[in-house]
Amino acid sequence: MSRSKESPPERPRYLALLAAPPAIWAAHFLVAYCTAAVWCEKVASPGGSLGAAGIAIWIFTALALVAIGTIGLLAWRRHRHGDGEPPHDFDSAADRHRFLGFACLLLSGLSAAAVFYSALALRLVGSCQ
Amino acid sequence: MTRDRPRDVEPLREPPPKEVREAQATRLLEAWKTPTGWRYWSAVNNTEVGLWYTGTSFLFFLFAGALALLMRVQLAQPGNDFLSPELYNQAFTVHGSVMMFLFAIPIFEAIAVTLMPQMLGARDLPFPRLAAFGFWCFVIGGIFLCGSIFFDAAPRGGWFMYPPLTSSYQPGIGADIWLLGFSFIEVAAIASAVELIVGALKCRPPGMRINLMPLYVWYTLVAAVMIVFAFPPLIAGSMLLEIERAFDWPFFDAARGGDPLLWQHLFWLFGHPEVYIIFLPSIALVAMIVPTFARVPIVGYGWIVLAAIGTGFLSFGLWVHHMYTTGLPGISLALFSAASTAVAIPTGVQFFCFVATLFAGRVVRSVPMLWVLGAFAIFVLGGLTGVMVALVPFDFQAHDSFFVVAHLHYVLIGGALFPIIAGIYYYYPLLTDRSLSARAGGVAFWLAFIGFNVAFLPMHMTGLRGMPRRVFTYEADLGFDTLNLVSTIGAFVLAAGIAVICIDALRPKGREPYPQRNPWSANTLEWVQEMPGKPWGIRSIPEVDSRYPLWDQPNILRDIDEGRFYLPDAEEGRRETIVTTIIDAAPLQCQRLPGPSFVPLVGALTLGGFFIFGTYHRWSLAVASLVVAIGVFCHWLWTATAEHPEKERKNIGLGLSLPLYMAGWRSVSWWAVLITMLAVATAFVCLVFGYFFFWTIHDDFPPDPSQGPHDGWIAAGTALLLAAWASTVLARRGNRAGRAFPVYVALAAAVAGAALGAIALLAGPWAAGLDPTAHVYPAIVWLLVIWCALHAAVGIVMLGFCIVARAAGRLTAERDIDLQNVTLYWHFVALTVAITALVVTGFPRVA
Repeated sequence: MSRSKESPPERPRYLALLAAPPAIWAAHFLVAYCTAAVWCEKVASPGGSLGAAGIAIWIFTALALVAIGTIGLLAWRRHRHGDGEPPHDFDSAADRHRFLGFACLLLSGLSAAAVFYSALALRLVGSCQ
Repeated sequence: MTRDRPRDVEPLREPPPKEVREAQATRLLEAWKTPTGWRYWSAVNNTEVGLWYTGTSFLFFLFAGALALLMRVQLAQPGNDFLSPELYNQAFTVHGSVMMFLFAIPIFEAIAVTLMPQMLGARDLPFPRLAAFGFWCFVIGGIFLCGSIFFDAAPRGGWFMYPPLTSSYQPGIGADIWLLGFSFIEVAAIASAVELIVGALKCRPPGMRINLMPLYVWYTLVAAVMIVFAFPPLIAGSMLLEIERAFDWPFFDAARGGDPLLWQHLFWLFGHPEVYIIFLPSIALVAMIVPTFARVPIVGYGWIVLAAIGTGFLSFGLWVHHMYTTGLPGISLALFSAASTAVAIPTGVQFFCFVATLFAGRVVRSVPMLWVLGAFAIFVLGGLTGVMVALVPFDFQAHDSFFVVAHLHYVLIGGALFPIIAGIYYYYPLLTDRSLSARAGGVAFWLAFIGFNVAFLPMHMTGLRGMPRRVFTYEADLGFDTLNLVSTIGAFVLAAGIAVICIDALRPKGREPYPQRNPWSANTLEWVQEMPGKPWGIRSIPEVDSRYPLWDQPNILRDIDEGRFYLPDAEEGRRETIVTTIIDAAPLQCQRLPGPSFVPLVGALTLGGFFIFGTYHRWSLAVASLVVAIGVFCHWLWTATAEHPEKERKNIGLGLSLPLYMAGWRSVSWWAVLITMLAVATAFVCLVFGYFFFWTIHDDFPPDPSQGPHDGWIAAGTALLLAAWASTVLARRGNRAGRAFPVYVALAAAVAGAALGAIALLAGPWAAGLDPTAHVYPAIVWLLVIWCALHAAVGIVMLGFCIVARAAGRLTAERDIDLQNVTLYWHFVALTVAITALVVTGFPRVA
């Protein structure tokens, strides 16, 4: 793991990354909802099973978790940048970098939990009924 | 932690000589002077507009509260005839709508507009006239809506206005007042959201990196971004419903292919985030109050940022939990139930942080803290019943009963009203230079807290016993009688608590001394304000090194007051503030701000005329009003935006020289256009969602491509509009290269392309003979095409503006804000047109 103490320059993408984990949750949620809704309206009869749509949603879930995990790992590295500890509240580029990493790490955890909840819903209520 | 707090820029070691300081202060006061006499109402400064905004939204709160008392009197005993059924329907509709649209959201924006510049050490937010415009729109729309109940013309379809009740069974004008009145107010809300987002991102003081931002600003930023994405679905839905009511296009009429459920989707896609748009900024006040009175920094700053952003996102995945009983597939319900439970995680996280902070510090007793603790107690109960109704089987039982009424009031009063009142007690000295009485505050709290619980706790039981909401009366001996009477008594006790606050606020305080500066020993920059306050916002803009500058930065008050930091002067007599970078708040630009003007008021009146005349179907007057409004906006843009400074750079002190003009993505106006267009694009996506929604529920939607719009015209229109977009991009490039003639040619070609393209697009459904009143398919196709054509029309006005600006020398190679922003607008138009063409002519071929 890099323990560089260089001050990372300001880049808008550092801020954008903060929104990435919950955005992945949102995308997963929307795609899962639309897939299920279209399948239940257009393919399955009312009360029918999810069938192929269920498998597709499981694949989306796996992809979403991998993506969130990857971002979480990146965020963890930023959080561990240099030798600062939370609360990362110094007026320095390094602490700002660590803070954005820390917040992104927490958001990755929350987003992963929310995706997991969706998967749980699929596991428990896997039909159009 | 023993590291020394780094300080990158030191204030001046010695203060400027006294006579220099006094001259600076005089010039600053002159530049920021509040207009007097009747011109007072032309003020645009945040201190004035914020105060009017807060006061007006509180008046609307009292009005809606009075309606609630009338309803409680009606329900106090069975078979009561105090209110007629018609008036009762109007009362609960106006009560809910006013509390949501005219109190909860506006007071967030009011408080944010007032406090945020102070908190950021900015002289004002970047678009003061836009904030004033938002306020005047809000006042006009609010009076229009509230006034209607005195003429027995108010909306009566409930605050969520479900069709077909509101489309086919309520022919009066009430629903139109709701749809158009609130659309107008929503425009104002989005305008304020743009102001707040750009303010939070671009107007922080130098050094206030994103990890040092006050939590209030984090919450405000999240809530304002939520407004940008949550309000457009409602605007789109309102547009569909109003078009159905006014022109008989059957979007929600099942007999002609429409579906009332589409309204529920669009409404709740707005309605659920709305709850959090109200909750987050209110809890933001708590995040400021708790560390002040615990006397320690907040515990878990990063966790609270997580909570704010996480809640902001998750709240968009909850809308169907208002629709559990509409017959959606089980898997859909389960997904929304999962998200509804997940949102409890971030909501809980912030409460644990607040409680941990209180345990970590030594809490000082005070009225604001009392209200905060009351808010915690009430909101936690509301949150718990929220998790109950998030579960589908329980919700099936409780849906549309008084249980839900109890739940939502626990959430909103605990999560919003009590924190707002805490905030009012906390910030009252800043707003008015006087303090509220601690004794009266305590009395008010206990009356309100006890009254609230007496009123709403029994309602859980009333609901579980089966009393539906929104019934004007009930039979005796069904088990509701005593519970309802108790609720009514509680409601009046709660009202007495609110009355005590009003009396305390309104009693004359002229003889009382000013409170001391920073009376609560708080830690953030808004408390720099002197008592009494000065209109300049802050004497000099400090370099910030900490989350709690007033606690951590020694001598900061002295250094600010003596003008040892940035912008201590207004040499040119202009209003100015500093624009900084988004993440590290590095100084970028010295931004000149416009002064007092009646233009925002006139703009709001004329735009309001369009909506109000439209409500009465006086179309010619409505269109005339709109044309005048467009003229006013052009005048506003021409005279008060993208101003050419007399010099390139300005020395703002401490050896820092900043440009006075900046175009493109670094400028605040570019960001404002981007955010506005994201909102517009969201509304468009909702219309496209409507198209696909109809596809999922109908086997024959879209019909055979041969019955759709004329492909050739749509293709021609799309090509012309895309050419107009390309031509606009070329004009921007040519302008940057300093070539005049090609710029005129490209802009003129863009105008021609846009005009012809819009006509060709409209010819698509027209040539195919599509009748929008016959079925929902032609209706939605027409609507998408008209949406594009209107965008082109607005684009033509913008291009014309640029041509005139270029000719007048206002638009030059270096100073090209107008053209940069118009190009950004056209990027969105191109995307909208391309998607529309793919949907209306491409999708029928693959469906």
